[in-house]
Amino acid sequence: MGKKSSKRESALITAVAAPDDARLEIRRTPKLYIGGAFPRSESGRTDVLQLARGGSANVARASRKDLREAVKAARGAAPGWAARNASLRGQILYRVAELMEGRAAQFRDDLMAHGYGKSEATEEVAASIDRLVWFAGWPDKIPAVLGGTNPVASSHFVFTIPEPTGVVAIVAPERSPLLGLVTRLAGVLAGGNVAILLASEASPLPAVTLAETLAVSDVPAGVVNILTGRRSELMPHLARHADIDGVDLWGCPDDLLADAERGAAEHVARVARRPHGEKDRGSAFQGERGERIDGMTAFLEMKTVWHPIGS
Amino acid sequence: MSSEQPPKRPERAVKRAAPSAPTAAAAPAAPHVASALAASSPWAYSPAPESKELALIRPRYGLFIDGQERAPASGEVVVTYNPATEEPLAEVAKGGAEDADRAITAADRAHRKVWSKMEPRERAKYLYRISRIMQERSREFAVTETLDSGKPIRESRDVDVPLAAAHFWYYAGWADKLQYAVPGRRPESHGVVGQVIPWNFPLLMLAWKIAPALAAGNTVVLKPASTTPLTALLFAEVCQQADLPPGVVNIITGPGEMGMAIATDPRVAKVAFTGSTSVGIKIAQGIAGQGKALTLELGGKAANIVFEDAALDQAVEGVINGIFFNQGEVCCAGSRLLVQESIAEEFIARLKERMTTLRVGDPMDKNTDVGAINSRAQMETIGELVASGVAEGAKLWQPECVLPTRGWFYKPTLFTGVAQSHRIAREEIFGPVLSTITFRTVDEAIEKANNTAYGLSAGIWTEKGSRILQVAAQLKAGVVWANTFNRFDPTSPFGGYKESGYGREGGLQGLHAYLRSS
Repeated sequence: MGKKSSKRESALITAVAAPDDARLEIRRTPKLYIGGAFPRSESGRTDVLQLARGGSANVARASRKDLREAVKAARGAAPGWAARNASLRGQILYRVAELMEGRAAQFRDDLMAHGYGKSEATEEVAASIDRLVWFAGWPDKIPAVLGGTNPVASSHFVFTIPEPTGVVAIVAPERSPLLGLVTRLAGVLAGGNVAILLASEASPLPAVTLAETLAVSDVPAGVVNILTGRRSELMPHLARHADIDGVDLWGCPDDLLADAERGAAEHVARVARRPHGEKDRGSAFQGERGERIDGMTAFLEMKTVWHPIGS
Repeated sequence: MSSEQPPKRPERAVKRAAPSAPTAAAAPAAPHVASALAASSPWAYSPAPESKELALIRPRYGLFIDGQERAPASGEVVVTYNPATEEPLAEVAKGGAEDADRAITAADRAHRKVWSKMEPRERAKYLYRISRIMQERSREFAVTETLDSGKPIRESRDVDVPLAAAHFWYYAGWADKLQYAVPGRRPESHGVVGQVIPWNFPLLMLAWKIAPALAAGNTVVLKPASTTPLTALLFAEVCQQADLPPGVVNIITGPGEMGMAIATDPRVAKVAFTGSTSVGIKIAQGIAGQGKALTLELGGKAANIVFEDAALDQAVEGVINGIFFNQGEVCCAGSRLLVQESIAEEFIARLKERMTTLRVGDPMDKNTDVGAINSRAQMETIGELVASGVAEGAKLWQPECVLPTRGWFYKPTLFTGVAQSHRIAREEIFGPVLSTITFRTVDEAIEKANNTAYGLSAGIWTEKGSRILQVAAQLKAGVVWANTFNRFDPTSPFGGYKESGYGREGGLQGLHAYLRSS
C-alpha cells in the first residue's frame, strides 16, 4: 500500500487510529510452535503481557494438551534428527545463526519490550548468535571428546560413542530469555536430541521470534517445539510425561524443583539443572563461563560396543 | 570379526583366564550321566573343592568408620548365610541412621582435611597399594565371596576378584591426571559420596564405586548389600593394611533405610546406586531438589540376538554364558534369546544339549558352572516369575540334574514359545531363566530387542561385520557385545539407556561421574 493511500485512509479514521501520518502497525500474534506449525493454544487461553515500552501482547497460554501435542511432534522428528550426520547438524545450527543475524533488530526489540536497554539488548543478541555458532561446531567433535576406544585387556576392539537420549524438555532460563534460551537449546540440538522448550514466563517474546526463525531455517519441523505459558501449571506434566526422556530444569523455579525431579524420576528421565546454589540469573550465560555444555552432555547416552579381534 | 577361536573350542567369555579350570563342556560326565554310572566307574565325577580355610571369616564384624571397627548404635547384629548350605557364616552389625551420620561425619572431615588436600600422586599411590593388596589376598577374597554369595569359585577367582583389583589399578593412574580427563576445565571432587551396592557382584561393585570416587578426590560411605557384606568388610581390612587415612573409606552394613539415610544426608554431594529400578527410583525421588549428583545402574532385560549366519557353537556358548553366568543374577544377563526363525529349531536343540552338561551345585567346587541362588527371597522371586511363564502359556524346559539337598539352587531353565507380553519377557528375573523369542528379519529383531523399558546391554551373533555395526547402532543399550557376552574391563564404560539408569561406571566416562567441572 502506497504512502498516499495510507495517509488518506488514516485521515478517515483519525478518531480511532494513530495520529498524523503514522502507519498502523501490524502487531504480531505470539503463538505456540508445534511440529513446524504456529497454533494458538488448543485451550484458547492467553495471558496479557505488559510491555516495557507501552502496550501489551496476548501470549498463548499452553495447556497440558498442547504439551502432549508437542511431545508427539518431537517424538516423530527424533529419529530423523538423530540420523543426520554430525557435520550436517552443525551446519543446520549455523544456518539458524545466519537467520538470527538477519532478525537481530527484532530480537533486540523483543528484549527491549521486556525491559532491556538498547545497548544491553544489542549485546545480548550478538552474544546469542555467537553462542549458536559456538555450538554449531560441537556435533562433529562430541564423539572425539566424550567417547573413544577402550584398551581392554582381552582381545577385543571396544569403542564408546555418545548417542542422543531422544526427546528433551527444556525449562528455559527465566532471566536470560535469549542467551540462556539459545545456550540450553543449542546444547540439546547439537547432541542430536529434539526439544520441547518452555519459554521464559515473564519474557517470552525472544522465544516466539526464535520459533519464527526456526520455521524458515533448515531445522526440520518437530525438532524444536516452543511453548509459552505458566510454569506452575505445566511443570508437573512436563516432568512426568513418560515419553519425555530428559528434562533440563535450569529455569525451573526453586519451589517447583523438587516436585519436578520426583516426577522425572518416575520414569528414570535424565535431568540437567542449575549447579547447586546457583541462581537463575541473567548473567549466568555471559562470556566464556556461559559456554555451558552440561545441557548437552546430560542427554547423551554412552554406547559401548565390544568386538572380537582374534589373538 | 569371525570367530576368535575354532568352533570346537568355543569361547567362554569369563573363563578363558583359567587354563587350570576345565570348562563344564570338557568335564568328563554330566550330572545326569554321572548318576547313571556306577561310582566305581573311572568316569565317575570327582569334585575339585576349594578349601574353605582360605577365608579367615571372623565370627562377628562391626562397622568400618573413620578407620576403626565400631559397634553399631543399635547394638544389634544380623547373620549372613552361606547360600549353598544355609549355614550361618558370621554376625554383621546392623547399622542405622545414627551410624550413617557418624560415617558421613568421618568422610566429610577426611575429605576437607586430608584427601582433597593430598598431592594427587600420593592419592594414586594409595590406590595402587590397595590394588596390590587385593591381588596378594585374591584367594582369600575369592573364597570369602563364594561362601557369602553362592557364586561359583571359578567366577569369583577368575572374574570378580581380578577385575576388582584391576579397577583400582586403572583408576589409580587417573588420580594424578585429572586435568587430562576434562581438558580445558578445572575438575574438582564432589566431596562425600554415598554408595549403595547390590549382592550379585559384592566386591566388584565395591571396586566400581570406590576406585573412581577416590581417584577423583572424593571420600566414601558405602553400604554393601545385606546378604553379602563379607568381602566389603574384608576390603575394610585392606584399607587399614594400606594405611589409607581414616575416614576416606567408610563401610557400614545395615538395612535399606540406612542406605536412604546416607543418600539423603545433606553432606553427601553425590550418590551412586546399583540395584533394582524400583529402589533406584525411590533414591532419585528421595534426594529430589537437594542438588546432588546421581548415577544409577539399574535393571536390565538384555536381548541376545542370534542371526542365521552366526557361528552356532560359538553362539550357543555365548548364550549359555550370557544367562547362566553368576546364576543369571546379573543386571546385564542375556535373559531374552532372540533367535532367527530359520535356525531356531536347531539352535534350541543345541542349547538344550549344552544345558544338560552344565554342572549345577557346590559353588566351592572348581568345576561348578551354576552355583547357589543368593537368598531364599531371590529363590521365591525366580519361582514366582517362572510360574507366571507357565501360566501365561510359555513352554518350560529344564535339564535333568540333581540339585544339592541343602542350599538354594535353581535348575537352568529354558522357555520357548514366549510372547513379548509375557512377564518372563518383560521383567527382570535375576535367575538362570532364559526366555526365547523368534524373529524373521533384521528390523524385527531390532524392534523386539528394543521393546523393553530397560536398555542395559545386548548381544549380537553374526558373521557379517556390517550387520554387527548396523544392528549395534540401532539397539538402545549401553553395552553391546558382538560375538561375545558378559565382558567387563576397567577401561570400558558400563551403564544403561532408559530405565536401566544413567551415568557410566568404568573408563573415562566412569571417572566423569565423580568429578564436577568449574
